[in-house]
Amino acid sequence: MINAEPTGETRRQGIGGDDDVVRVRQLVRAAAVATKLSLVDQTKLVTAASELARNTLIHGGGGYAEVIPVTNGRRNGILIVFVDDGPGIVDLDLAFTDGYTTAGGLGLGLSGARRLMDEFRVETTPGEGTTVSAVKWER
Amino acid sequence: MDRIPVLTLGDVLLVSIQVDLEDQLALRLQEDLADRIVSTGAHGVIIDITGLDIVDSFVGRMLATIAAVSKVLDAETFVVGMRPAVAITLVELGLPLRGIRTALNVELGLAALRAARAAEYAEPEESDDDESVAT
Repeated sequence: MINAEPTGETRRQGIGGDDDVVRVRQLVRAAAVATKLSLVDQTKLVTAASELARNTLIHGGGGYAEVIPVTNGRRNGILIVFVDDGPGIVDLDLAFTDGYTTAGGLGLGLSGARRLMDEFRVETTPGEGTTVSAVKWER
Repeated sequence: MDRIPVLTLGDVLLVSIQVDLEDQLALRLQEDLADRIVSTGAHGVIIDITGLDIVDSFVGRMLATIAAVSKVLDAETFVVGMRPAVAITLVELGLPLRGIRTALNVELGLAALRAARAAEYAEPEESDDDESVAT
């Protein structure tokens, strides 16, 4: 479980096409700037969000993203949540392996995004969908 | 969505990406560049990514594909202007930028292209300055 209490408004963006991936990035970037994450952390967060949004689109068949400013009592951060009701991930260990791909990509989306974030959690049920939650904390 | 302009600079094609890249736009750029290399006989491609605040695996793959396709069409590709935060993120993401050559800015990219071209033709005789590379 990720220990993160919301400190501000949840912003939601539907993911149904390529242009929504761009919108998710813009939403996450605006939240990162407002929370005063460093430039490198902003870049890591937005890049991870881009990978996860594309996963939601390509593997999950679409869904939505939520961007929430949070705190763990000591530090502020940004929580990003990606929800789809697609086929789910049958073998999570395999999905986290660098280079493993089912869509002809580079197979870096999930594993790469996890490396860029501070907290990372995947809940998935085959046949029902996947929810990925991740936090980037300020330094 | 329109397209990203490709400028001709002597026998070099120059692309400056200034917008948040949508996937379709990136794919179109890939095709446009291949067409332009063949129609202009360009020997070099410079892609300026100063304007990109992130490079994710999709854009990274696009850059690698452009470099590979250019190579097959006898043109060398340099990616220039990568922001420091983008470089750090790319390495952490684990993106293998195979076949992509980089330079810090357009000027250094042009110089590197010229040097690469000269080296390629310098084999039989050491004649580097009369190389017909326009600027």
